[in-house]
Amino acid sequence: MKTFAQGIHLKYNKTATQGKAIRELPAPKKVIIPLHQHTGATCEPLVKVGDQVVQGQKIADSSKFISAPVHASISGKVTKIDKMPHPCGTEILAVVIEAGEEEEPKARTVDSRKTDALRPEEIRQAVREAGIVGLGGAAFPTHVKLAPPEGKKIYTILVNGCECEPYITADHRVMVEKADEIVQGALLAARAAGAEKVVVGIEDNKPDAIERLKSVARKHSEAIVDVVVLETKYPQGGEKMLIKAALDREVPARGLPLDIGVVVVNVGTAVAIFEALTRGQPLVSRVLTVTGPGIKEPKNLLVRIGTSFKEVIDQCGGLCEDASKIIMGGPMMGVAQTSVDIPVVKATSCILVLRQRDIKEEKIYPCVKCGRCVSNCPMYLVPSRLAAFADNGKYGEFEEWGGQDCIECGCCAYVCPAKIPIVQWVRLAKYKLRQMK
Amino acid sequence: MSFLITSSPHSNDFGSVPLMMRTVIIGLLPATIAGIVLFGWPALLVILSSVIAAVLTELAVNKIMKVEPTISDGSAALTGLLLALTLSPVMPWWQAALGAVFAIAVGKMLFGGLGYNIFNPALVGRAFLAAAFPVQMTTWAAPMFWRGVEAVSSATPLALMKFQQQTTVYSKLFFGNVSGCIGETSALLLLLPALFFMFKGLINWRIPASYLGSVAVLGGLFWLIDPTKYPDPLFHLLAGGLMLGALYMATDLVTSPLTPKGMWVFGAAAGVLVVVIRLFSGLPEGVMYSILIMNAFVPLINCYTRPRILGYPQKRFGRPVK
Repeated sequence: MKTFAQGIHLKYNKTATQGKAIRELPAPKKVIIPLHQHTGATCEPLVKVGDQVVQGQKIADSSKFISAPVHASISGKVTKIDKMPHPCGTEILAVVIEAGEEEEPKARTVDSRKTDALRPEEIRQAVREAGIVGLGGAAFPTHVKLAPPEGKKIYTILVNGCECEPYITADHRVMVEKADEIVQGALLAARAAGAEKVVVGIEDNKPDAIERLKSVARKHSEAIVDVVVLETKYPQGGEKMLIKAALDREVPARGLPLDIGVVVVNVGTAVAIFEALTRGQPLVSRVLTVTGPGIKEPKNLLVRIGTSFKEVIDQCGGLCEDASKIIMGGPMMGVAQTSVDIPVVKATSCILVLRQRDIKEEKIYPCVKCGRCVSNCPMYLVPSRLAAFADNGKYGEFEEWGGQDCIECGCCAYVCPAKIPIVQWVRLAKYKLRQMK
Repeated sequence: MSFLITSSPHSNDFGSVPLMMRTVIIGLLPATIAGIVLFGWPALLVILSSVIAAVLTELAVNKIMKVEPTISDGSAALTGLLLALTLSPVMPWWQAALGAVFAIAVGKMLFGGLGYNIFNPALVGRAFLAAAFPVQMTTWAAPMFWRGVEAVSSATPLALMKFQQQTTVYSKLFFGNVSGCIGETSALLLLLPALFFMFKGLINWRIPASYLGSVAVLGGLFWLIDPTKYPDPLFHLLAGGLMLGALYMATDLVTSPLTPKGMWVFGAAAGVLVVVIRLFSGLPEGVMYSILIMNAFVPLINCYTRPRILGYPQKRFGRPVK
């Protein structure tokens, strides 16, 4: 079975939610919508305090190319525009909307012309206007990916259905419940990018999703839509790993997938593209998994962007008494949160809650040079060296040994018997290098 | 309510440094017990004095350096045990203890303790003893099965081979009924636990595979050239300290290469050295020096076997996907 080299096998812990259908969370009374929910430039607000907004209305945008507008996820009144806590750990300008009594009208941002008639640039424009970003976690603006620069040709849209992080089942459920939308969305993305083929990569621990997508793919010729089954291994959902696994090609160093004619889109992103183009629905909600041993009733939910973690968690029976760590994302790459008064953003694929006993605080030993990090690194780096260079402030050597190529997947720190926080050291060194430039 | 904040990843696997050390100790236990059964109380005395001396030395150095005691990681006990297993059962106990003191103090702690030493500490201790007490280091005893031992110059299979052109029956080598060091007589008892731990991913398999493989290939080559003069590859594999060295000493985490490719180079080169020393030097056995010499090359090997980072130039680089 196809896969990439190295990487690790994890305990997946997906059984709590993988069989649970996605349920829509009722619209909250208040949302906090950060104006920076994507890689790229922060948006400027288009509304002011006191304005009435309707669901789906664009409330902030940027003139920069690498950026994506944000939309009101509920109808109501703007009550505050200020810096607020963001799940990435800093404070970022956000728009607060409080719902009034009025009925929610459905806003339409895209005219409902037949999608078949749309030209590539019109699709890209619609994707941009709908504020679509990669829903896998990196939140890179999708319209940018679909616009190949001068002289570059895109051949393949690779749909990422790996969901290699433990616990998370949001993409899995999307694949089972919205297989048709995924394929149609991916075909629209292919038209926008001028690509000829759609390849869907799914790990073999999701047989029902594979079955659903294969049955949808059969409606098209195999030369156009292909479903590739991959061996379950972490971090297969990483762009570079997925391309290696599904297409057996390597993304050149410091390059992008489009340098080898590939664009990777997450399954959720494909659905968002489909909904933006056929229903005129901008990205105002997303599917996420609320799970972990610290959650009473784990669920897969469709949640409005801007809903607070607290409200989402309350809908899942609340926190267990000994809950001690709230993570946005999975256990391998997720970001630990300081509080539950944080809004769900476009990149929130999961809210994972761990208990005290799930988090072992372990003694850190000196590196014993066992080489486990080296033989598990999917990027073929020497992580123990990188950590040592970072520790000693040797940032030049850090860069020379490929520190900037680290994808921070955490395989090294996971297998390290000395429990050295290798990824943390790498992040520190990358940060220091950014500061120096 | 306050929550714990740490950098990702938020989970890790069960392995830890003390666990890895314990694993190797457990792997060595069958051979240790067999050594005690074969050679009796003197062997037990050598083992105990070496282990205790190693642990106490590390503790003493910790105290002198005013740092937290590090003996709980198990590496000092392991060094003491490994050293004892490479010694003759009739070695005076105080010499074994002295070797352990040297192994830990000079071989490990002077370099900065666990993780920083260049040479395998147990072999540093053994090399020290070989230089300091050459007579006791080469006085062997025939296995007596608890009837006590007499320090006689009962030659080891390798010495018999080298100096008298006598071979030893393979089954004896395999099950350990020969004279030699405490822990290196039975290939079987060393191999079985090692295979189990390799299967579990707790002991590296690349180094033993390349080490034993290169000894077999090169030893076999000489045997094919002149079977009357040179021993056959199976004898090479089963005799002397090769199994102990390849499975438990060359695989020492700290003093072996980091990279998978480097591990192959390290093992293969050490194997060549073993055959060369055994066949063409004044010594009957070369495992200790082969590993110590290769230990010195580890930084160089690490440097030249750096993996090619994904996406850096090679044949598939940059070819568009069609």
